[in-house]
Amino acid sequence: MDLLTILQVLDSTVRLATPLLLACLAGLFSERAGIIDIGLEGKMLGSAFFAAAIASLSGSVWLGLLAGIGASLVLSAIHGLASITYRGNQLISGLAITMLAQGMTVLIAQDWFKQGGRTPSLEGGARFEPITLPFAEALQGVPVLGPIYHDLISGHTILVYVAFIMVPVTWWVLFRTRFGLRLRAVGENPAAVDTAGVSVVGLRFAAVMICGVLCGLAGAYLATGLQAGFVKEMTAGRGYIALAALIFAKWRPWYALYACLLFGLLQAVALRYQNIDLGAFVLPVQFMDALPYILTVVILAGFVGKAIPPRAGGEPYVKER
Amino acid sequence: MDRMPAWADAVLVPLFSLVLAAILSALVIIGIGEDPVAAFKLMVDGALMRSSGWGYTLYYATNFIFTGLAVAVAFHARMFNIGGEGQAMIGGLGVALVCLYLPWPHWTLALLGSAAGAALFGALWALIPAYLQAKRGSHIVITTIMFNFIAAALLNYILVNLLRPPGAMDPASANFPEATHLPTFRDMFSTADTILFRGAPANVTFFIAVLACVLVWLLMWRTRLGYEIRAFGHSESAAKYAGIAPVRITVVAMLISGALAGLMALNTTQGESERLILNATEGAGFIGIAVALMGRSHPVGVFLAAILFGFLYQGGAELALWTNIPRELIVVIQALVILFTGALDNMVRMPLERLFLAFRRKEG
Repeated sequence: MDLLTILQVLDSTVRLATPLLLACLAGLFSERAGIIDIGLEGKMLGSAFFAAAIASLSGSVWLGLLAGIGASLVLSAIHGLASITYRGNQLISGLAITMLAQGMTVLIAQDWFKQGGRTPSLEGGARFEPITLPFAEALQGVPVLGPIYHDLISGHTILVYVAFIMVPVTWWVLFRTRFGLRLRAVGENPAAVDTAGVSVVGLRFAAVMICGVLCGLAGAYLATGLQAGFVKEMTAGRGYIALAALIFAKWRPWYALYACLLFGLLQAVALRYQNIDLGAFVLPVQFMDALPYILTVVILAGFVGKAIPPRAGGEPYVKER
Repeated sequence: MDRMPAWADAVLVPLFSLVLAAILSALVIIGIGEDPVAAFKLMVDGALMRSSGWGYTLYYATNFIFTGLAVAVAFHARMFNIGGEGQAMIGGLGVALVCLYLPWPHWTLALLGSAAGAALFGALWALIPAYLQAKRGSHIVITTIMFNFIAAALLNYILVNLLRPPGAMDPASANFPEATHLPTFRDMFSTADTILFRGAPANVTFFIAVLACVLVWLLMWRTRLGYEIRAFGHSESAAKYAGIAPVRITVVAMLISGALAGLMALNTTQGESERLILNATEGAGFIGIAVALMGRSHPVGVFLAAILFGFLYQGGAELALWTNIPRELIVVIQALVILFTGALDNMVRMPLERLFLAFRRKEG
């Protein structure tokens, strides 16, 4: 394998890891605040459709991005209403939200575009264009580092850079600000936060809404950056892979980056090579598809380091009277 | 006493949720420029006014009874088995292996054998998540979600590389031998001059589903094991104090749940397609969640809710055929039912409860 092939695979890894990373960080905010969210998939899907639809109708990808985030926020609000205000079951709510998105996106797409549940292909200003970083062309001739800078680091759409910047931002918000401290506390021991006079409901809603914005970015990237337009079920389980990455990362931002890059690499390799011949036996492509889930189960089983979720996760907070 | 009577909780709350879901679905239909009344009439005509419509409705209902019971049994042990989809897929593999590789003289024997295969494979697929939940505390919801995806990949691999007959293009097994084909409703109920259930896939498996409802009821409310499962679901610490082993109950409840989900494959794989195909489950594992929530985890409720969803499914297919409304409308209705009966339960219950208390005060 030469440098060019490696760079191509890594480049595709970065692209495929981006939606996973954004959704994973979204889940991180929510679950650190004690709201389990298995509806990441649905929010991404809703956002992907509205981003592509509005971008296609208006010709502006930025309006599309806003619409995508808006759609994701609406679904987040439903999740908040069900799991915070009405103290319902967060898992059931997340599942319902995913189904709602799966149904509504096709219904609306069929009504608006009449193309069997997809949007028209996006072109020009309706898509995010790759950004060439400064000096990328000039430095391309430098051996090894030049191609790495030109092919791997430069030439992605803006949302890719946003996703990677969100990792230190998430770390800083969660571990270096007062808001972050309270947010983590509300996921571990909401009663203590309440006693300190801080609103549990407010904090949890804030976390759920941040989750909505990040899922919105993830979905918009899928439909307007990674691909050109929305197709039915286009998230294809990415929300659940993000959830797996979140557990794999044990609810920590930097590890989330590594987990998403790993899962992105698995997707990139599966996409490029299909069946991998290891000499003695052949690794089927289906094994590569299943590997993120298998790894997550192994991690969850606690054989390779124990994954301990936030303690108050999944439990509605009821104030004692 | 400041609670509403049990019958209201069991009947009125799901009914109100259903009405809310129906109103919202009607708004959605208006939103895409169609007439909800006409759409509903079309659904009733297509699903309930002809015997072939009933044949489809009951075919879908059979699937949903099995997956609904699977979710319900797990709910009683306070576990959320979201993996019915994967368990049904692997159950289908069990059916296919039994039908393809064992010589069966008659369909009755084949049905017994494939039922055992389906239940065994479904239960095995639930075993690992159950064991991990019981022994290592890994959250069963997450592990069963992961196992759905692993099941899909495994089935894909087996169909493409192992079970696909040589020369065939589509990822599916060979056709099952004639002797394993199950009698359809048409075979059973048509007379010489009137043909009933023409072309409909409903088959003898429906009666197995009804039998499963009865057996689950007997198990949960008339046996020691059922009592232990329910006690464990109500309070783990109390159950432990009473000498009920949590590991055993968790694993056994999930095995039963997985077996029930696996049995669904009898209907789809042996009853309908008569070979193993890639997407035989078609999301029925997830509809089981809606069915169990709506049916309040009781076999009678599950049966009624499954018929309702069978009607919605067949009606939705009719809509997609005759109008501009895609099949996905049913997914929306299903999502709304899950949302209102499962997650927004309190939103529906609180006003109802207030209403009941107000009435009671007036009487008193």
